[in-house]
Amino acid sequence: MEDLIVRYVSRIVVPFVQLFGLYVVFHGHLSPGGGFSGGAIIGASMILYALSFNLAAGTKKVSHDLSLILESSGGLIYAGVGLAAIFLGANFLGNKVAGIPLGTPGNLFSSGTIMIITLGVGIKVASTMITLFYSLIEGEQKTDEHC
Amino acid sequence: MRRLLTFFLLVLIALALTVTVLEMPTFGEAGNPTNNEVPQRYLEQSIEETGALNVIAGIIIDYRGFDTLGEATVLFVAIAAALSTLKAH
Repeated sequence: MEDLIVRYVSRIVVPFVQLFGLYVVFHGHLSPGGGFSGGAIIGASMILYALSFNLAAGTKKVSHDLSLILESSGGLIYAGVGLAAIFLGANFLGNKVAGIPLGTPGNLFSSGTIMIITLGVGIKVASTMITLFYSLIEGEQKTDEHC
Repeated sequence: MRRLLTFFLLVLIALALTVTVLEMPTFGEAGNPTNNEVPQRYLEQSIEETGALNVIAGIIIDYRGFDTLGEATVLFVAIAAALSTLKAH
C-alpha cells in the first residue's frame, strides 16, 4: 500500500492528533475528557501512522515490547497511587483524606492523585490500542506468508 | 427441535427484559432514585473534596476510584486474552 497523498496528509496530521491527545489527558481534571478518551486519541494516532506508512515504520517508533511494558506500567501507576494512600494512613485510593495537597482548583497541577491516575489510565489505554492493533496485523501478515 | 428450544429461550429472555423495563420509574420524575442526595452532594462539594473542576473526573477517579481500577483491569485482561490467542498460532 503505497499512497503518496495518504502518507503526506498523515505526516502532517499525526503530530497535531498526538498533541491534542496529550492535552485531553493532562486536562482530564479540568475539562471534558480524561484518561480513557485521551488515551484512545493517542492510540488512534499511532494506528494511523502505522496504517499510512507500514507496520515496520510503526514498530520502529513504538516497539511491541515497549507497548507491552507501557501497558503494564499504566496499571502499576494506578495501583501504586492507591497503595501510597494506604501508607499515608488512609483507605485505598484515598485523595484528600490521605493528606495529599489538592492545590487550587483550576490549576494544571491540582486535584492530588486524580491527575497522576488520569496519566496512568491514558498510558494504559493508548498502549492497549497499539498492542491490539499490532497483534492483529502481525497475525494477518503471518497467515499471508503461509498462503 | 433445537431451533424450537432456541426460539423459546429467546422469547423468555425478551419477556424478562420487557418486564424489567416496564418496572423502571418514569423518566424525569422528581421522586426517582437518580434525584436523591448523592448527585446533589457530588455537584455541591466535589470541587472542594477532590480539587477537580471536572466533576466527572472527580467522581470516576476519586469517589469511585476502585470501580475505575476494575475498568483498567478489564483492559489488561482483554490484552492478555488477545495475546494468548493470537500468539498461539
